[in-house]
Amino acid sequence: MNWYQRLSKKHRRTLWRILASAVLLALAQGLRAGGVLPDVWYLTLPVFLIPYLLVGWDVLRRAALNIAHGQLLDENFLMCIATVGALAIAEYPEAVFVMLFYQVGELFQSIAVERSRRSIAALMDIRPDEARVLRGGAETVVSPDEVAVGEIIVIRPGEKVPLDGVVTEGSSELNTLSLTGEAAPRDVSVGEEVISGCVNISGLLHVRVSKPFGESTVAKILELVENSTLVKSRTENAITKFARVYTPAVVACAALLALVPSLVTGDWQRWVYTALIFLVVSCPCALVISVPLSYFGGLGAASKNGILIKGANYLEALVSPDTVAFDKTGTLTQGCFRVTAVRPQGIAADELLTLAAAAEQHSNHPIALSLREAAAAAAAGTPAGAARPVPAPLPSPEAVEELPGLGVRATVGGRQLLVGNARLMESQGLDCPAPEGIGTVVYVAQDGRSLGSILISDQLKPTAKQAVEGLKTCGVRRLVMLTGDRAEAAEAIAGELGLTGYRAGLLPGDKVAETEALLKEKRGTLVFVGDGVNDAPVLARADVGVAMGALGSDAAIEAADVVLMDDNPQGLVRAVRIARRTRTIVWQNIWFALGVKLLFLALSTVGLTNMWAATFADVGVAVLAILNAMRAGQAG
Amino acid sequence: MKQTFSLNNLDCANCAAKIEKAVRKIDGVQNASVSFFAQKLILEADDARWDAIVEEVCRTVQRVDADCTVRR
Repeated sequence: MNWYQRLSKKHRRTLWRILASAVLLALAQGLRAGGVLPDVWYLTLPVFLIPYLLVGWDVLRRAALNIAHGQLLDENFLMCIATVGALAIAEYPEAVFVMLFYQVGELFQSIAVERSRRSIAALMDIRPDEARVLRGGAETVVSPDEVAVGEIIVIRPGEKVPLDGVVTEGSSELNTLSLTGEAAPRDVSVGEEVISGCVNISGLLHVRVSKPFGESTVAKILELVENSTLVKSRTENAITKFARVYTPAVVACAALLALVPSLVTGDWQRWVYTALIFLVVSCPCALVISVPLSYFGGLGAASKNGILIKGANYLEALVSPDTVAFDKTGTLTQGCFRVTAVRPQGIAADELLTLAAAAEQHSNHPIALSLREAAAAAAAGTPAGAARPVPAPLPSPEAVEELPGLGVRATVGGRQLLVGNARLMESQGLDCPAPEGIGTVVYVAQDGRSLGSILISDQLKPTAKQAVEGLKTCGVRRLVMLTGDRAEAAEAIAGELGLTGYRAGLLPGDKVAETEALLKEKRGTLVFVGDGVNDAPVLARADVGVAMGALGSDAAIEAADVVLMDDNPQGLVRAVRIARRTRTIVWQNIWFALGVKLLFLALSTVGLTNMWAATFADVGVAVLAILNAMRAGQAG
Repeated sequence: MKQTFSLNNLDCANCAAKIEKAVRKIDGVQNASVSFFAQKLILEADDARWDAIVEEVCRTVQRVDADCTVRR
């Protein structure tokens, strides 16, 4: 499709009107210059009125309607005064040219806005139109909001996942690109959750719906994106206020210029002409349109990167983050526990793991899960034909006794086994060497003899360090981790990541208090980054609350100001960069537009410019500002 | 109560700002926000006089920008 075909009908019509009017204006000028058209007003005026009315009739109509509604000083009205004034002082070509160029500017602006709206519409492309639901053994195609929770839907390859749910049959790969900005497909199989808005790539899936459409991920995201343009930035509000003052002020100056010097000097032609130039540059359009257009583009660029921002004000606040507070588990760490060290005493490491896992076989505690996982991995990792036989499946424990807050006592293979923490060992009079490394230490003892210890710890996200470094490069002064974990664990993580501080041993309520304290000390914006699970009050209290890994967590989408769709903390760095680029563009436009307008106001009072140049400059500024604003929309 | 309305033919950003200001001044309106890009108006107003307020909002929108109409 070429550029012309992409224009809407309305835009095409305006474009043809502008072209026709331009040709007629050139023709009229030619006729007058060539002497064909005698230079008397009752002949030239009608000839110039043809292109004038052709291009400007809708402006005149709107001006008339708005005056009837009591709306003075509206752009249409100002353009009418400027052009009618020019006609009155017999500056006919100027009048046509001002109207013509005003329309060129309006057309350009309208096309730019339409393009931006369309880019948001492209994002809205994640909205599923239909769902194939299995009813009475047959597939029925219905609208997604007609599907009830618990029903089974069928998703064919190439189709969008219409609702959140759990796979009951089949396996496939899902493309989450439009949700997370992450290009790598995600594998799903039976028992796993799928999220609406993804695209099914390869296999046929049967999914049991877990949420009604209104509460599904895709519906929440769409709502968020649609509403984000309703929250305005401070700059935007300031410019709107400025526009309210600017236009009347320039019009008042124009009125004074038309009257006072004329009465003094008697040179009406010159001062009325100057006043008309004032009116030409009195329209605040370039400013008023380019600021929200830039923020709109910035929000769009962020969405393309899987960063949903709930309003331009947050994009503005992200420009100068001073303090960033992180939640630990699930934000900086992966939030899953793994065996990271095995220290056997007089026993093989694999055997130690197997015994501990056997004792903990029937527990669902995360520690027990990680022990069993490690034992299974150790068993699978034993090379076949090695000196030792491949360990059999875990031996069954007998007489299992849970010791709350301590561990577990069980009989495995006829021998009494104790698996638990240091307190359990001390209570049995066993020595337990001080742990090295950070995490939870599980001690194992058999028949009153210590067999060694196993270290289980949460692991840092591989991207956490780069994220912290990136934020430091962005000028963040303080990076603080808030955690309920032990001080030693917090210290080690803070040291490894290069954080500037940590607060350990916090209960959920303490995190709010710590955030309040940080708010008092901050110099710029306080950003809190959490996983959105238990930290809604903190997310709300911070200047900007960022929820991470929010894909599928609607609580996080609700509570946060900024939602990172994947669980990579580097998204925050990207958000800050987008915010900064947007801000730069906004201020470039403001200074550029204001500068040119003030320059022309000044030049016209000393008679150094004319209406042609002023019109050209005014529309040119608007066009350049809009083109610049659209740069903000490019994914950064 | 709070509701979102679509606006037809909302063509200038300045008009959007003016509409927002004018709608906020209507008696009974608690909050109003106009998004020029989404071409939407979010209205929060008294439940008791809701219908009358919506009527007035429609009139106000037309008064500020003759070409713009509220889609209901």
